[in-house]
Amino acid sequence: MTVLDVNNLSVAFHTESGRLEALKQVSFSVPANRSVGVVGESGCGKSTLINAILGLLADNGEITSGEIIFEGNKDLARLDPTAMRGLRGLRIATVFQDPMGALNPVLSVGRQMRDIQYRSGLSKRDKDARSVAMLRKVRIPDPESRLTQFPHEFSGGMKQRIAIAMALMMEPALLIADEPTTALDATLEVATIELLKDLQRDIGCSVLFISHHLGVIAELCDEMIVMYAGEVVESGTTREIFNDARHPYTQKLLACDPARLSQRVARLPTIAGTLPDLRHRPSGCVFQPRCDRADAQCLTVPPAALIAGSHIARCWHADIPLERVRA
Amino acid sequence: MSSDDLLRVSDLRVSFRVGGLSARLAGRATEIEAVSGVSFTLQRGSTFALVGESGSGKTTLARTLNGLQPVRAGKILFEGQELQGLSNAALKLVRRRMPMMFQDPVGSLSPRLSVRSLLSEPFVIHGLSDRDLNAEVTRLLALVGLPRDFADRYPHQLSGGQARRVGVARAIALDPVLVVADEPTAGLDVSVQGEVLNLLNDLRDRMGLSMLIITHNLHVVRQIADRMAVMYLGRFVEQGETEAIFRAPHHPYTAALLSANPEPDPDRVHQRITLPADVPSLLARPSGCEFHTRCPQAQARCAVDVPVPATVGNSRLTCHFPLNT
Repeated sequence: MTVLDVNNLSVAFHTESGRLEALKQVSFSVPANRSVGVVGESGCGKSTLINAILGLLADNGEITSGEIIFEGNKDLARLDPTAMRGLRGLRIATVFQDPMGALNPVLSVGRQMRDIQYRSGLSKRDKDARSVAMLRKVRIPDPESRLTQFPHEFSGGMKQRIAIAMALMMEPALLIADEPTTALDATLEVATIELLKDLQRDIGCSVLFISHHLGVIAELCDEMIVMYAGEVVESGTTREIFNDARHPYTQKLLACDPARLSQRVARLPTIAGTLPDLRHRPSGCVFQPRCDRADAQCLTVPPAALIAGSHIARCWHADIPLERVRA
Repeated sequence: MSSDDLLRVSDLRVSFRVGGLSARLAGRATEIEAVSGVSFTLQRGSTFALVGESGSGKTTLARTLNGLQPVRAGKILFEGQELQGLSNAALKLVRRRMPMMFQDPVGSLSPRLSVRSLLSEPFVIHGLSDRDLNAEVTRLLALVGLPRDFADRYPHQLSGGQARRVGVARAIALDPVLVVADEPTAGLDVSVQGEVLNLLNDLRDRMGLSMLIITHNLHVVRQIADRMAVMYLGRFVEQGETEAIFRAPHHPYTAALLSANPEPDPDRVHQRITLPADVPSLLARPSGCEFHTRCPQAQARCAVDVPVPATVGNSRLTCHFPLNT
């Protein structure tokens, strides 16, 4: 069963300088009990994708086509705001990048954790008991006494764990995690990834994990999609993509990651050129202006080439495998 | 001090007052030592990296070198000159030789100034406005690889990587000898991160610059720094040559940091050293070796005896039971 099915989703923003197509024909699905990673650099449409799923697009944004099917029967692209509000926090929960911004600084942590259970119908005492249990699960020491404390009394890593505890409190079907470890130190980052893995197993939810950090995706996700300029350029299992990336953008992205270099190099690899202006998308393949494999064929939109199993790359030249960076 | 030593820091201490009058009257600790007895030497033309978790004192140390934070004890010798007790006018000259690049590429540029004004500012501040500023701006833009017409843009019209290049241009405007860069690539995409690091490496080679880089990204350290120091609770727990430390870390904390890097390889079997709990508070430093509360190798002695800095291989470290010896 799939929890989330996004089909041909396109989103446009109306700006003073013209119409901007932020997402174009995005399709992917999140199976039950699985983690799907979305990777891409700034401006690739990761945040727009989350906002479209959560029904939080800015006023000048509009879903121009496609559907977002949640739990098989609700199209989030067309759901009315009241019904959408009924899903957020209960069936779809979110953890954002900045843990301080996610917590209200003037309310105690206990109060905020109680508030988020407003639909549970439990008594105050039972709600607090659940909060304590949840804080214990995210490894906050001495949770009973910490309920009365305020966000500033916790460290950055603890605040992010509290945000995760709150998101998973109502046992949602889908957790959307938007760069939840980016603001954390490496030691906390790996601890948070481990925690998310454990909790996902316990609660049995699906995770849509957004990150620009390839290492984090490799450690946490079963499947992944690679986005560039608002399009899905490659998708498949994490193993398929890390071991056998076929889209030139994915290959370059992997090559750029200094974590894949086991020794010092004279020049770090980079991706030449810049993102295209989304008001005037390049014709044909969206990566073609920056691609060294581009030829005349690339001026027409490439088909989704099936590599193997579920592994798909949108490229005319998807037959050239990744040169192993690690010798 | 050998003639190759550009910067020499000995037993540097920086402290902050915490709590108000009530805390002082109640006799509670009122000072924390954010940098606690740090010593190192930076040689001309080399790059030194400071790594450590948030709150370990990296930024405080860098700000102190730049005279932005008063020294409590210890000595900073820069180009043979003692920095403590210098007048503001004299410090200004030091900052011309040792500019600082702050965190957050866009946030460290004034949103109301054009790139032209941002790049002219160092000349104006240091009384060099008689130079041909337009020519200087063009020269600097070319040095950091930005097109000339960027001079008329404002920070909000720049991407993170472009803003960082402007920050680099500001730092190198007055031909410095040492650039202090606080998290120069944090928040940048991997492809852009590579560009910025390549640029810094280029400038170092071309201008004979030395650099002090602060970062929590260990992969960056390996690509740019000749020597590195690992900070924990305001102290250096290990310092030495970058390659040697990456190959065989001696301090358990360094080993844990190195193993904590998320690896972009789903098939890799991790032999990860997980550190328990959070960093202790500077208000209540642990006894003995301050890392013993989180150290996987800790033994009874570590909670009692303070380890003395020792040389192991090519590294200086403070640990009773060093690894890889």
